[in-house]
Amino acid sequence: MNDHRGFESVIGLEVHAQLLTRSKIFCGCPTAFGATPNSHVCPVCLGHPGALPVLNRAAVEHAVRFGLAIGCRINQRSVFARKNYFYPDLPKGYQISQFDRPLCEHGQLVVDVDGQPRPIGIIRVHLEEDAGKNLHQGSDPSRSYVDYNRAGVPLAEIVSAPDLRSPAEAVAYLRELRAILIYLESCDGNMQEGSFRCDANVSVRPVGQSALGTRTELKNINSFKFVAQALEHEIERQIDVLADGGQVEQETRLWDEEAHRTRPMRGKEESHDYRYFPDPDLLPLVVDDGWLERLRRERPLLPADRRARLQGELGLPAPDVAMLVEDKALGDYFEAALSRCPGNPRAVANWVVNDVQALVKNAVGGAAACPVAPDALGALIGLVDAGVVASAGARQVFFELAAGRASDPAVAARALGVELVDDSAALAAAVDQVIASSGAEVDKYRAGKKQVIGYLVGQVLRRLGGKVDPKQVNELLRRRLDA
Amino acid sequence: MAIGSEQVLHIAALARLELGAAEIAEMQRDLGAILDYVEQLRGLDVADVEPMTHAATLATPLRDDAVVTPPGAAALANAPARAGDLVAVPRFLE
Repeated sequence: MNDHRGFESVIGLEVHAQLLTRSKIFCGCPTAFGATPNSHVCPVCLGHPGALPVLNRAAVEHAVRFGLAIGCRINQRSVFARKNYFYPDLPKGYQISQFDRPLCEHGQLVVDVDGQPRPIGIIRVHLEEDAGKNLHQGSDPSRSYVDYNRAGVPLAEIVSAPDLRSPAEAVAYLRELRAILIYLESCDGNMQEGSFRCDANVSVRPVGQSALGTRTELKNINSFKFVAQALEHEIERQIDVLADGGQVEQETRLWDEEAHRTRPMRGKEESHDYRYFPDPDLLPLVVDDGWLERLRRERPLLPADRRARLQGELGLPAPDVAMLVEDKALGDYFEAALSRCPGNPRAVANWVVNDVQALVKNAVGGAAACPVAPDALGALIGLVDAGVVASAGARQVFFELAAGRASDPAVAARALGVELVDDSAALAAAVDQVIASSGAEVDKYRAGKKQVIGYLVGQVLRRLGGKVDPKQVNELLRRRLDA
Repeated sequence: MAIGSEQVLHIAALARLELGAAEIAEMQRDLGAILDYVEQLRGLDVADVEPMTHAATLATPLRDDAVVTPPGAAALANAPARAGDLVAVPRFLE
């Protein structure tokens, strides 16, 4: 995509992240999702005359923590402004936002696509209030409907520089941004419910040209998959237009999931003339030195820290690292299991990204709600490493724990009868029997087809009811056959 | 500083105001006078003055993140039209 029919794409992203506060940004109404429509509203968030906004300290802290995490300069004095426009979901006729003096500026985030890390500039992070939710399906086709529960929920708007050069980079940027917000416990990152939303500005230009092409803005993209698809389609569309000698029109387009293409927003677009001015209802926001210093000191673990540990310190394979970093709950689970079984990080990672991940894939709460406690998994892997159970038996124990029929892996192994027997006489006898009765395979092995050993190991295990360590069987077989 | 009638109409449209010919002329005069005043201010040397966004010099007060039980249906009593829990508006397209 970086060089596409002689064109390169230039992408900038605007992310709106709902901040995890209990109450709204300027009033005490609850922020919980899924309540009865219009039950979380009051004179302030409905913009009744005379009602005054009072800023929520927690919203400021979330935004500052995030700004610090991406290396922003924190403007210790920032200003709230009114962004004026009329829309049914905006009760006051203006949105309280920040304009020329945002809370955070000049950050940076490194994205890594195919092992090529690139810094992506973040122009600004500012605080604003969310709008209500419009519904267009109702009993009366001449009406639309509005639920204002979301109006006034705190948002951080995060604006990237036009530094992204491909849909893959855009998705990598969004994943990292989302992971940071989740690590900070500042946003739940739920794209379906709209708590992490993305608009994209995209243009194309001939490779080698430094001036930017005319951009379009893409809205309505609510999953990573759709971000990639919408950008790919829009880039192709723009290149088609230019290749045909046409001009790209500056407009807002929507991603149409069903038609699988972007289309212009219907109707005349609102004029982007918002007549911002400082909100006279709010004094400047001052983050004093002490407050800022405390937030700096309280810096929690970030995705980059975990990545460095898993990759650098523990040497885990890249796909495992990616999964354990992006899914914070899964990464936390890994660390907890590893603390019980510190000698074998690779085995623990393998269990967690495969078995635990499969078990909790669709569960609310993810790995944090896994029915197998991380401590129990650590203990189980310890049993495998000590040669007490084979990996096939360990898997049976895992499912026993997952089903809630046992909590102690050692007890479960005994109850299931999958503990390995340490009976070398029985093993030797079984190996001899298998060699005697598998003449054809033994000949193949001796003729150089070493892979038939797998079949022979299987035969021995079958005779012993799986209660021996396959590694041990393999060794003994080779010794006999190679003699 | 002169301000054209098209500019007045543009601003009026953004504010959803309908102005008659006499009102447009009046607005041109009033807005022009305000801009003249701003033009005077422009002549001042403010290089060493911190930009002011509010007449009060204090910092905005902050509240703790605590939920206050919302007033419920009373808050919506003045909505022009409702359908169940929802506020009904003339249909618009996105």
